[in-house]
Amino acid sequence: MKSTAHQFVANARAALADEQLKVALDHAGTGFVDKRRAALAELPEFESLRQAAREIKDHTLAQLDHYLLRFERQVQSAGGQVHWARDSEEAQQIVVRLCREAGAARVAKGKSMVGEEIGINPALEQAGFDVIETDLGEYIIQLADEPPSHIIAPAVHKNRAQIAALFREHHSRYGPERPLDTIPELVDEARQVLRQQFLDADVGITGANFLIADSGSAIIVTNEGNGDLSATLPRSHIVLAGIDKIVPTLEDATVLLRLLARSATGQPFTAYTTVFTGPKRAEDSAGPAQFHVVLVDNGRSEMLAGPFREMLRCIRCGACLNHCPVYGAVGGHAYGWVYPGPMGAVLTPLMLGEGQADDLPNASTLCGRCEQVCPMSIPLPQLLREHRHRQHLRKAEPARARWAIAVWAQLAKRPRLYRKVMGLGTALLARIARGRGRLRSVPLAGAWTASRDLPAPQGPTFLQQWAARRDTDKERP
Amino acid sequence: MSDARSTILSRIAAAHGRPPEADAPEEVSRRLRERPMGPQLHWQDSDRERFLARLHAASATVDRVADLGDAAAALEDYLNRERLEDPAVLAPHPLLHELPLPGALRRALSGDDRTAVTVAFAGVAETGSLALLSGSDTPTAYNFLPEHLVCVLEAKRIVANLEDLWARIRAERGTLPRTVNLVTGPSRTADVEQTIQLGAHGPRRLHVLLLEGEA
Repeated sequence: MKSTAHQFVANARAALADEQLKVALDHAGTGFVDKRRAALAELPEFESLRQAAREIKDHTLAQLDHYLLRFERQVQSAGGQVHWARDSEEAQQIVVRLCREAGAARVAKGKSMVGEEIGINPALEQAGFDVIETDLGEYIIQLADEPPSHIIAPAVHKNRAQIAALFREHHSRYGPERPLDTIPELVDEARQVLRQQFLDADVGITGANFLIADSGSAIIVTNEGNGDLSATLPRSHIVLAGIDKIVPTLEDATVLLRLLARSATGQPFTAYTTVFTGPKRAEDSAGPAQFHVVLVDNGRSEMLAGPFREMLRCIRCGACLNHCPVYGAVGGHAYGWVYPGPMGAVLTPLMLGEGQADDLPNASTLCGRCEQVCPMSIPLPQLLREHRHRQHLRKAEPARARWAIAVWAQLAKRPRLYRKVMGLGTALLARIARGRGRLRSVPLAGAWTASRDLPAPQGPTFLQQWAARRDTDKERP
Repeated sequence: MSDARSTILSRIAAAHGRPPEADAPEEVSRRLRERPMGPQLHWQDSDRERFLARLHAASATVDRVADLGDAAAALEDYLNRERLEDPAVLAPHPLLHELPLPGALRRALSGDDRTAVTVAFAGVAETGSLALLSGSDTPTAYNFLPEHLVCVLEAKRIVANLEDLWARIRAERGTLPRTVNLVTGPSRTADVEQTIQLGAHGPRRLHVLLLEGEA
């Protein structure tokens, strides 16, 4: 997918002006947050699970090559095949080849974020295949020709009327007279359209929430059942997965499953959690004759070597998006690529490369809510700061920011001067405010005060107060 | 292709400062052998009560029946209640061979059949899930194609948590079948305005016939 992450500022500005988007984001944001809170209130084991989950992933990442090899052996002994892709292009080529070898015309897709990451749909379409997304949210945005705006709720930015309009445009065979005003009507129509697609598809492509080294299995977690239909009805099943999806055993995956849905939708468990192992067996009447797993690296092995390794613990639950004030204001599309929110602001610059998404790690107040809710204890604010640090080292910040920091550093190194300047500054601001308590505009900070007032300083600086208090303390007997 | 494989593996090895294709250390083989378990959930009620409570919370319905005769009657009631005029299609499971339901169809399931009956390998109290295993007597398509999925579960096959389920599958089957479906309530979506709607692609209703038997 073509990225617009480099123009985050323009994207965000457009998003902030979109009233419909604001309504959708407010609604979704509070829903996800409340449901997660309620689910965790019934889970006294949360902290111990979180600790165990972290240990499982850290252990697996430390032995990643060994577990991947074990996984490969086990897939093969179950009758499946494993394919390795260094980057998006290689992954696309593998999938296109597998679809050709299967003699396929139609491909049914379950939701896959790594599929979005490697741009599998355009690659397959270009190679002449009909590709249909089967997750309802993904199907809606496929009709709208948009990328997902949330990693677990791809069409969260669309309202009912917008979806009805898309269905009327694309499902014209059902006639203009039919009612499409209610959610059941919309869901039923999608069910009817997509059911035929499942039955007609030659290849089913799904993602994987976990890969099990011990058994060579892929675990897929859904609510709709579309992943299962995609994996069961077509004659070939292709699983796309990042190399970071692996865990040693089903017991390890169980710990992560106890955290995943609760953190994502607030459900204790989703409607469907399926363990797929190899192709159909001799005794099976349904199921694919071919089972392929495409292991995608795409920058992950490099992350393993550096300070971003902890990001590889991510299980893509979306809790950090749901709790992020920036995501809540601008939505997913502003981030310009596949992964939005805090996890996206860490991943996107790593996957797209230096200078391609510099604004994302800066679009954060570092409030730390993301780290607080992350079931995998990923220190997202620290990783965002690491990106900022790297930008600083390659002098990628705007000249104004660099200049301002340089001036501040000069001051900060001279404590006496610093105190004097700060004292003067606060006195000056207090004076401009003339007792009103706030400032409508401040010289050199027009962008900041354009959308809010600056509270005016109310008295002496902290250091002045500290010095005064210390003096009075000393005078006490 | 094998190029990609060796590149990825050597990058991973290099990230850990070890030579490529080193032998797996003992901790890896030990973990795979011993399969240590993480923290488990605890509850006050019996496993059966927990299972039924979770099942209910997931919008599934249940009839508790004493034997196969009762099960057939309960199924008939269900079909009437739901105004399902077409007969149910039964999975070719030995337990269902003995189900005294003269009207039921015993043939391969088609995409147009509205009601299917299958048999669960186990129930999981922790999550209220039915564990449905693929195989000749319980084909996976039954779990997803019909609008109404009716599932027979023997009460003695309720296990406490997911770890118990994995152990039971290994003990009874040896290896994993092609699919293990953990089904927790009917199919649902919240992709339109975050509002939960049942019956997205899979069954709109999930009805469990809990066979109490002598257990």
